[in-house]
Amino acid sequence: MQTITRDMLCDKAKSLLADGSVSRVLGWKRGEFSYDVTPAVFYSAEEIDKDFVYDAFCGANFSKYLVKETKKGDGKILVFMKPCDTYSFNQLLTEHRFDREKVYVIGISCDGMSDIRIIKDIAGDGVTGAERDGDNLIVHTLYDGDKIVPYADTLPERCVNCKSKKCAAFDEFIGEECEVTSSKRFEEVEKIEAMSEDERFAFWRGELSRCIRCNACRNVCPACTCEKCVFDNPASGVQNKAISDSFEEKMFHIIRAFHVAGRCTDCGECSRVCPERIPLHLLNRKFIYDIDRFYGDYAAGAEEGSRAPLVDYTQGDIEPSQAVEGGTFNA
Amino acid sequence: MQRIGVFVCWCGSNIAATVDVQAVSDALGKEPGVVFSTNYQYMCSQAGQDIIKEAVKEHNLTGIVVCSCSPRMHEATFRKTAASAGINPYMVEIANIREQCSWVHKDKATGTEKAIILGKAAIAKVQLNAPLTPGESPVTKRALVIGGGIAGIQTALDIADAGFEVDIVEKKPTIGGKMAQIDKTFPTLDCAACILTPKMVDVAQNDKIRIFSYSEVEAVSGFVGSFEAKIRRKARYVKEDICTGCGACTEKCPMKKVPNEFNLGMDNRTAIYIPFAQAVPKVATIDPNYCLMLKNGKCGLCSRVCTAGAIDYKQQDEIIEEKYGAIVAATGYNPISLDKFDEFAYNQSPDVITSLEFERLTNAAGPTAGIMLRPSDHEHPHTIVFVQCVGSRCDKCAEKGKEYCSKICCMYTAKHAMLTRDKYPDTEVYVFYIDVRTPGKSFDEFYRRAVEEYGVHYIKGMVGKIVPEGKKLKVQASDLFANKQLHIDADLVVLAAAIEPDKSARSIATMLTASMDTNDFFTEAHPKLRPVESPTAGVFLSGCCQGPKDIPETVAQASAAASKVIGLLSKDKLTGNPCVAHSDEMMCNGCSSCANVCAYGAITYVDKEFRMPDRTTAVRRVAQVNEAVCQGCGACTVACPSGAMDLKGFANKQIMAEVDAICR
Repeated sequence: MQTITRDMLCDKAKSLLADGSVSRVLGWKRGEFSYDVTPAVFYSAEEIDKDFVYDAFCGANFSKYLVKETKKGDGKILVFMKPCDTYSFNQLLTEHRFDREKVYVIGISCDGMSDIRIIKDIAGDGVTGAERDGDNLIVHTLYDGDKIVPYADTLPERCVNCKSKKCAAFDEFIGEECEVTSSKRFEEVEKIEAMSEDERFAFWRGELSRCIRCNACRNVCPACTCEKCVFDNPASGVQNKAISDSFEEKMFHIIRAFHVAGRCTDCGECSRVCPERIPLHLLNRKFIYDIDRFYGDYAAGAEEGSRAPLVDYTQGDIEPSQAVEGGTFNA
Repeated sequence: MQRIGVFVCWCGSNIAATVDVQAVSDALGKEPGVVFSTNYQYMCSQAGQDIIKEAVKEHNLTGIVVCSCSPRMHEATFRKTAASAGINPYMVEIANIREQCSWVHKDKATGTEKAIILGKAAIAKVQLNAPLTPGESPVTKRALVIGGGIAGIQTALDIADAGFEVDIVEKKPTIGGKMAQIDKTFPTLDCAACILTPKMVDVAQNDKIRIFSYSEVEAVSGFVGSFEAKIRRKARYVKEDICTGCGACTEKCPMKKVPNEFNLGMDNRTAIYIPFAQAVPKVATIDPNYCLMLKNGKCGLCSRVCTAGAIDYKQQDEIIEEKYGAIVAATGYNPISLDKFDEFAYNQSPDVITSLEFERLTNAAGPTAGIMLRPSDHEHPHTIVFVQCVGSRCDKCAEKGKEYCSKICCMYTAKHAMLTRDKYPDTEVYVFYIDVRTPGKSFDEFYRRAVEEYGVHYIKGMVGKIVPEGKKLKVQASDLFANKQLHIDADLVVLAAAIEPDKSARSIATMLTASMDTNDFFTEAHPKLRPVESPTAGVFLSGCCQGPKDIPETVAQASAAASKVIGLLSKDKLTGNPCVAHSDEMMCNGCSSCANVCAYGAITYVDKEFRMPDRTTAVRRVAQVNEAVCQGCGACTVACPSGAMDLKGFANKQIMAEVDAICR
């Protein structure tokens, strides 16, 4: 696979800025540490030369940023998208959340983005940075010098079980176009389904009890673009529900999972940003798996304007009595 | 804070026998916001309603909770009571402590406990109720009747008689439907044509009625009072307004071997044809599947013999768009296909026929000019076996047939048997039946006459197998009373095939957003109290599209549907249901989830300019609900991710308050 480099993206961005095709560029810049890569908007070639970053930590899904960024200023905004991001992009277009005409999309091939927390698990806490070197990652540490780690070992679950290497939407593509992968992502769901009710409850209770309600999962989620979130809206009555229970996080995450059901593209951003490393994406993936099993395979965002089974009635739809028979789930 | 009055009804002993009504009214009287609580034997009676009115006056009530039967029963009653007592009718909540409580519980303690909980939920909801005012919408004073059988004809005539315009859309070239094919009608045995054709002529001559024959409804939009329909008038290649129906073309047409559907394929017609002599409109139609001119441009005979110059080979389908205030579905029925009933040899022998084919065989205008001759060799049959319930009342698990009773077969089979014995006394007639069902005025007397006066052999039992052998049909059957097997050598077997809704009904129901049952019969708004209305406002049901019916019942329902239409069209404005969805535009994302799930097409989107908190303005796409179209089903409120869509009278918060009250 052709590896995408910073220079390739910078050159492309600068030439599109120069010929006026786009007026600004949504890209990445360095955060506090070199691995804290942060989304940023660049307006000029100088800014790009100075701050533009592209490395193993550019995992952020940019599609959600377009809801606000497309409404600012004139002209088009250039955005770089990994294959998985383009599903969210299409889903947001389906929901009319931004104007396609205001975006210039460059699809970039991707072989996974590292998770700094996994690197720290391997290399210890004193990690100061890391660089890609072919199939390896050279990890710089404070105390032990450089360590060489196989790149594949640093990938989060969402990349290990990559759902698609095919870009679902783009104006231009850099890299090597690939197909939808036959991943083992649903095996993660099956593992949880195989648990007894008590085990499952204990599992989620254990995971969710670490939640600190920082709202990072919601804030990053490309399906959570509501003008006003029900959890921020005292009039909704939902807010109270999420805090009135001693096991409050359960309600928050379950309500959220229901709200994004059928619209979640399994981009995995929720789990990427969770400071407590709760595997939140598995809740949503369960919905996706159920939808696949009840209504036939459906990938939210695979194409723009597709009608999700949950908001589309057909005569062949499964009856509730068939889905759940005598209290037993028939997935 | 609301001042709530609670009124617990005994419903005689319906509620009071399994619910301690005194305990319920005492307990609910202590709920927050409740200032008055009482119970009474019949709250819906005049005396009961007076208690409510008195309490409103005396305690300045702002909200009312009635613990009684289902809101479908008496919600409207108590809303009127509230209105006459001077408070908004939508400040009334019903706690259903009958169907959902007293009728399902045997133990008084648990019944009482549940009644109290249901009451608490209703109190919690009424706390959040707000006065609602229904909107108004105009009424287009024209009705559309889909289907031109006896049901559609009767409905149209009655509506026109009241002075409103009616359009009948019939997919066949003529109106008349199944009744036009029938010979005699039970139980009076008058000739179907003699009583139907004058009505068809009435329709043709009524200047309030337009007939769109050979036409189909393609699309319907809008809502009660202002529907818009697209009607496709299929090209019949004959100018309808010029054709005189003289029939010269049908005599000259060289294509004479087209199966005649009016006689169910038992004889032939020409490619240009008039279905039958009394057809309305009496104009010719060219069948494009057989016409030589249309198929390969070689013929044109009909055009040459037509002195009126009505033939137009280049005619195209025409789309008519029209507005209607009300729509009546009168799409009728068909006998089921007997392909799956191999045991009766229907596809193996021409002498095994359906009852409708038998009607044509005995009809003076039929293929045999009314002389009963069997189809295979045109000989007079001497032994006829009638088999009832072919495909009716089938086992639920059976792959063929219908579970329901087709209702009309017992009577028409008695009619066929009786008429056969009357006209041909040398013929032995056997009728095999599961049960003979004759509920109807003079029906049982009719059936008994067939048995007692005409000597028809009625045998309880089903026919197991029919095997054609030579000129005979070997019928194997069981006689359940004699407990023995019967073998009859029959000359003709007549199968009383089950009837099913016309295949077009499903797509029409989808267009009208009218609901159907699993058998594709239209469902009525209430099986007892609103039998001729569909649950979709402004859509009415006439005839067999709602369920199997004989002619008297069909005509009765057709007139009933017409009276409902007349009642609707005679209003200048319609009062809507105020319990409709509305979107909070500040919260709406414009994502279209609500529009996708809306079964009524009530939701549209507009781009609207909003002032943002930072004093800038932004244009956002937001949902808007057409309150006249919205039926208040609430699907959109569930689909909306942000909670912008909410239902008046059933707000998310109100539902949540009810659940909280139940769980408290």
